[in-house]
Amino acid sequence: MIAHSIFFYTFSIIAIVSAIMVTASKNTVHSVFFLILDFISISCLFIMIGAEFLGMIMLIVYVGAVAVLFLFVVMMLNVAQQKNQWFSSEASSKHIPVGLIISTLIFVELIIVVGGWKYKPDLFDINNSLELAKVSNTHSLGQVLYTDYIHVFQISGMILLVAMIGAIVLTFRKRVGVKTQSYIKQISRERSDGVSLLNVEFKKGVKIDD
Amino acid sequence: MTEIGLGHYLTLGAIIFSIGIIGIFLNRKNIIVILMSIELILLAVNINLVSFSIFLGDLTGQVFTLFILTVAAAEAAIGLAIIVVYYRNSGTIRVEHIDELKG
Repeated sequence: MIAHSIFFYTFSIIAIVSAIMVTASKNTVHSVFFLILDFISISCLFIMIGAEFLGMIMLIVYVGAVAVLFLFVVMMLNVAQQKNQWFSSEASSKHIPVGLIISTLIFVELIIVVGGWKYKPDLFDINNSLELAKVSNTHSLGQVLYTDYIHVFQISGMILLVAMIGAIVLTFRKRVGVKTQSYIKQISRERSDGVSLLNVEFKKGVKIDD
Repeated sequence: MTEIGLGHYLTLGAIIFSIGIIGIFLNRKNIIVILMSIELILLAVNINLVSFSIFLGDLTGQVFTLFILTVAAAEAAIGLAIIVVYYRNSGTIRVEHIDELKG
C-alpha cells in the first residue's frame, strides 16, 4: 500500500506541474509536449487504479492522435515563438483577476464537495466486485459497451465521421490554375464528344475545325 | 501519507480542472493553448468518472469516459480546422486580435 501511495503522489505531482506548464510556458510547442506528459501520467494513474483499457486508450487517442494533431497545427501555423504577455499588456491584465477569482472559487467549491462527501460504511467492501468476477477490465467493459450501450456507441462513431467530414470541408480549398482530375467529366464523356467520323475524299486532306 | 482513497483522486481532478480554467482566462497568446486547456478540463472530468467507477464498482463511468474521449477527439479536430481556416484568412490567431464580433 505504501508503493501505491508513492506512485500516486509521483504521477499526480507530475500531472499537476505539467498542467501548470501547459498554460504557462512561453513556447507553444513546449505546451504541447507538457500536454503529452500530462496525458501519459494520468493514463499511468488509470492503469494503476485498475482501469487498464482506458489508460491504454488514452495513450493511443490523446498522445497518438490528438497531441500529434496539436503539434502539427502549431508547427504549420508558425505561431510557436509568439511571446507570452501575461502581465505586460494592459488589455490582458484586466482578465487576470477575474480568471484567478473564478478558478479559485471553482476549486474551493470542488474541495468542499469532496471533503464533505459522506461515504457509506459498506462502500469499500463491494469495490472488489469487478475483480471477484475474474474477468479483466477490458473484457467487462466490452461486455457492457456492446450490449447496453450499443446505440450510444454507434452514435459516437457517427460523431467521429461527422467531425472528420467537417474538418475536411473546412480546410478544403479549390486552387485556381492547378490541373486536377475531374471524375465527373471523365465518366460523363460520350463517344460522340471525342470521336467524329469524316467522309474524306481521296488525296484532299482533312480540315479539322478546332 | 494515508491510504489513497477516492478523495485523493477527486482532489487531483479538481486541481487539474482549476488549472484548465486558469489557462483559459489567463492565456493571451494564441487560441491553441485555449484548446489545450479545454483538453485539460475534459481530462479532469475523466479522472473523476474513472475514480468513481473504480471505487463504486460500477462500469458505467468508464463507458462514459470512452464517449467523452470520442467527443474530445472530434472537438479537437474541428477546433483545429477552424483555427487553420482563420489563420489562412487573417494571418493571426492571437487572442486579443480576434475581436471581430466585439463581444
